[in-house]
This record gives sequence, structure tokens and C-alpha cells, in this order.
Amino acid sequence: MDKVLNKNLEEYKELLKNFINTQDERSLYKVERMSKSFIRNSVLPEEIVNLHIQAMDELYPDIANSFHHSMNFLLEAMISYGLAHQEFQLLREQQIALKSEISIAARMQETLLGTEKPNIDGLDIGVVSVPAHQMNGDYYHFLKGNDGMLGLAIADVIGKGIPAALCMSMIKYSIDSYPEESMRTNVILESLNRVVERNVESNMFITMIYAQYFPDESILRYSFAGHEPAYYFNAMKNTFEEVNTKGLVLGVLPNATYSQKELELEKDDMVIFLTDGVTECRDDGRFIKIQEVLNLIEQYKHLPAQDIVDRVFKYFEKLQDFTLRDDFTMIILKKEV
Amino acid sequence: MTPQSFVTVYKEWDIVGARQIAREMAKELGFNVVDQARIATAVSELARNIYLYAKEGQIHYEVVETMNKKGLCVRAVDTGPGIKDISLVMQDGYSTSGGLGAGLPGVKRLMDEFDIQTKVGEGTTITTTKWVRL
Ligand SMILES: Nc1ncnc2c1ncn2[C@@H]1O[C@H](COP(=O)(O)OP(=O)(O)O)[C@@H](O)[C@H]1O
Ligand SMILES: [Mg+2]
Repeated sequence: MDKVLNKNLEEYKELLKNFINTQDERSLYKVERMSKSFIRNSVLPEEIVNLHIQAMDELYPDIANSFHHSMNFLLEAMISYGLAHQEFQLLREQQIALKSEISIAARMQETLLGTEKPNIDGLDIGVVSVPAHQMNGDYYHFLKGNDGMLGLAIADVIGKGIPAALCMSMIKYSIDSYPEESMRTNVILESLNRVVERNVESNMFITMIYAQYFPDESILRYSFAGHEPAYYFNAMKNTFEEVNTKGLVLGVLPNATYSQKELELEKDDMVIFLTDGVTECRDDGRFIKIQEVLNLIEQYKHLPAQDIVDRVFKYFEKLQDFTLRDDFTMIILKKEV
Repeated sequence: MTPQSFVTVYKEWDIVGARQIAREMAKELGFNVVDQARIATAVSELARNIYLYAKEGQIHYEVVETMNKKGLCVRAVDTGPGIKDISLVMQDGYSTSGGLGAGLPGVKRLMDEFDIQTKVGEGTTITTTKWVRL
């Protein structure tokens, strides 16, 4: 660092002399370049003040004492800034390291929790799930049973980030271990509730929906655990109805029970599942009303399910100035024939 | 000036005296202006900690010389409450003063060598040295 400074002293002195004589912009531009090189080389503010003192002493040996003292005073005033700068530098390095760790974790989450939209007879599926930060606290998972039925899990961890993501992996692997087709949706939630209650700290809660669609009967069976209601769009009547069952969020009571309901779908009927990131997204402090979401869906109802969810997401993304405050997940099941 | 001396820190204004001796010794040893200011600031932090947390203590100054280098060793000694969690205190950003860079991690940065001995209920000794840059 001393070498850098000595080399710079001559250059700085020259520039300073030029500037004092002519007050030209060129010298100012050059000192701007120099200042950037100081930062690159971790030269601290007090050292720059010292450089200035030395340059002035050499250029004007008989400069006023009062000026000389004032410069020493300024140097002293810079010491704490120098310390703050060093700490800032260190914290920045740590932050870069953390960020890269988190992005590795996020990629792992994608691989661990990845799920593909299955092809189900007569059912058009649309999905959008976008995390507000790197790690998604919303989770959805599709399963296809042997007889062509669809299993759909949607969960939202209250409490976000890495702990939420870890919790999701646990849920996924539990679901994977169930003999899915033979289980009722409420029994699946009851079993997951026990897993969560036993394994997750009591300050973390999970809301969840488990649904199964049976294409042969065109019937959707579902159970809710404290989750946002879903909406059923009746194409013939052109109306929306809330779809819900009573039930506690997962992880509160060891023996919570859940109930199951069912719904028969006709052609062009839709079921819309959401997480609270949709209804809690805000437009300048105003909560978005679910009606606004449903109006949009109604407007786009003739489109394929994927186009509907994409357009709804784009609309809300724009409303929030392209910075999501919460993870946003919306899944639409649309009966085709 | 003797090569070894100390001041007692008891009142806030003693911090000023502690800084001044540090600066004068640093100057005499041939430290440049920037390092003089850094040593004075480090001593100021140590003395202020004594004043704030131990109520009373001393700052000792010693010129240290080896075959090929010369430096100033500053020792802050008190019999105050001691520090319970040193690694926490030495973490950047822990200082209660809030701002970045201050406190004991700052002292460590300002100086070249830093050692802390402390026992809860018995006191704290912080020894720190800076070498003259040749
Ligand atoms: N000499 C001391 N005796 C007892 N406790 C101390 C002493 N010096 C520092 N501490 C403790 O360590 C903490 C951190 O000190 P420091 O890094 O100087 O930051 P700050 O003084 O701004 O809190 C203090 O808040 C205090 O609790
Ligand atoms: Mg302090």
C-alpha cells in the first residue's frame, strides 16, 4: 500500500498543482480516476488526506500554519470513516459468500422439490409459482396415479426463506412415501400434520391443500388445512364459489382431524387454487381483493389454463412494480370436455 | 520521556491524556502522521471502554524493539467486570455504539497485534502493538 501511495504522490501533486493554477476540469477528471484506483487498492480516507498534506507541503513549503493544522485535524476526523470502510468491505465479502450459498440452496430446492405438470385425461392445468426471494416458501406437487388420477399438494409455510424450504422437502418426502391412490385426502393431511407437529419447531406453521382429481368420474376431492379458500368457476352459471373445508393449519395439534369434500366438474369449469401471496399482494398499501383476481380470470376464461395464470401473474407483478412481497402461487384446473 | 509509563483512567477527561501520551510516543518513535492518528484512536477506544465499563484502570505504554523492528505496545488493564463472550465482542458490527467499524474490532484493525485476556468478575487486559513501517 505504501508503494501505491508513493507512486501516487507524484501524480497527485502534479494534478493538484495543475488544478490550483488553472482550475481545469481535466485535472478533476483525472483525480476522479485516481480516486477509483484508491478504492480498488483499499486506500483509506485518512491516507488520502495525508497524501494531500504531503503534496501541499512539497508544493507550498511556506504555507500558513493554520492551514497545515487544519489538514491534520481533517485527517483525524477521517480515521473512523476508514474503520467503517474496512468493516463495510468485510461485510460485503461475507454477503457475497452468503448469497452464493443461498443460490446453491435454491438450486438444490428446485431439484429436490421439482415437479412436472402431468397429462391428465380431459384436464387442462395451469401453474405459476414465483418466489419473492431466492427461496420459495410456497410449494406445490403433482402426482399421477396408476388409474390416471391426479394428486395435487399445495402448501405455504408461514415463515419464509431457508427454514421454510427445508420444511417443504420434509413434506414432499412424506407424501412420496404414501401409497397415494388408496389414501383419502383428509387422511393424507392428518398424517402430514403428525409429521410436521413432531419435526418442526412450534413457531412454524404450514397451511396446505390436498386434492385428487379422478378423470373417469370428473370428480375433485379435497381437504384443506387452514389454507386460503380455492374458487370453483361454474362455466354454465358463470359464477365463482368458495371451495374450502374446515381444518387447522398443520403442526399445531398432534391429533388434528380433517374432512374431505368433493366437487363434480363439467366442461369449462375451473378450480383455482392460490396461496396468500396472491391475495396479500399489495398495490400501494391496499390489499388486493380476491374479487379483482376472479374478475381477471373471468375475463380470460376462454384461454388455456396456463395462459390464464400467466396473465394474472403478469397483472399483479406490474401492480407491485415488479417486486413481489410474498411468494406467489396459483394453480388452475380446467375441465376440457 | 521514559520508555515505559502509564496513565490512570478514571474520569472521561483522562481519555484525552491517554491519547496524548500515545500520540507523543508514536511521534517520537517515527510513526507517520496517519499511524500516529490511528494509535491515538485505538488508545482512545481502550480508555473509553475502561471509563465506561470498568470505571477505573490504566493504560500502559512501552517501546518495544526487536532486531529489525521498533514499535509501541499499549496495554489497557482494569479490574472491572470482565467480558463474558469475547468472540461475540470481537465480531464486526457488535459494538453497542452502533456505527460500523468502532469498538474492539476497530482497535484490532488500527494496530498490528492484538491480544485480550479477560475473566468475568476479575478484569480485562488488552495488549496491542503497532510497528513502525520502514
Ligand atoms: N474493559 C472492559 N471491561 C468490561 N467490559 C468491556 C470492556 N471493554 C469492552 N467491554 C464490553 O464489550 C462490549 C464491546 O465493546 P466495544 O467493542 O468497545 O464496543 P462498545 O463500547 O461500542 O459497545 C462493550 O459493550 C462491553 O460490554
Ligand atoms: Mg467501546
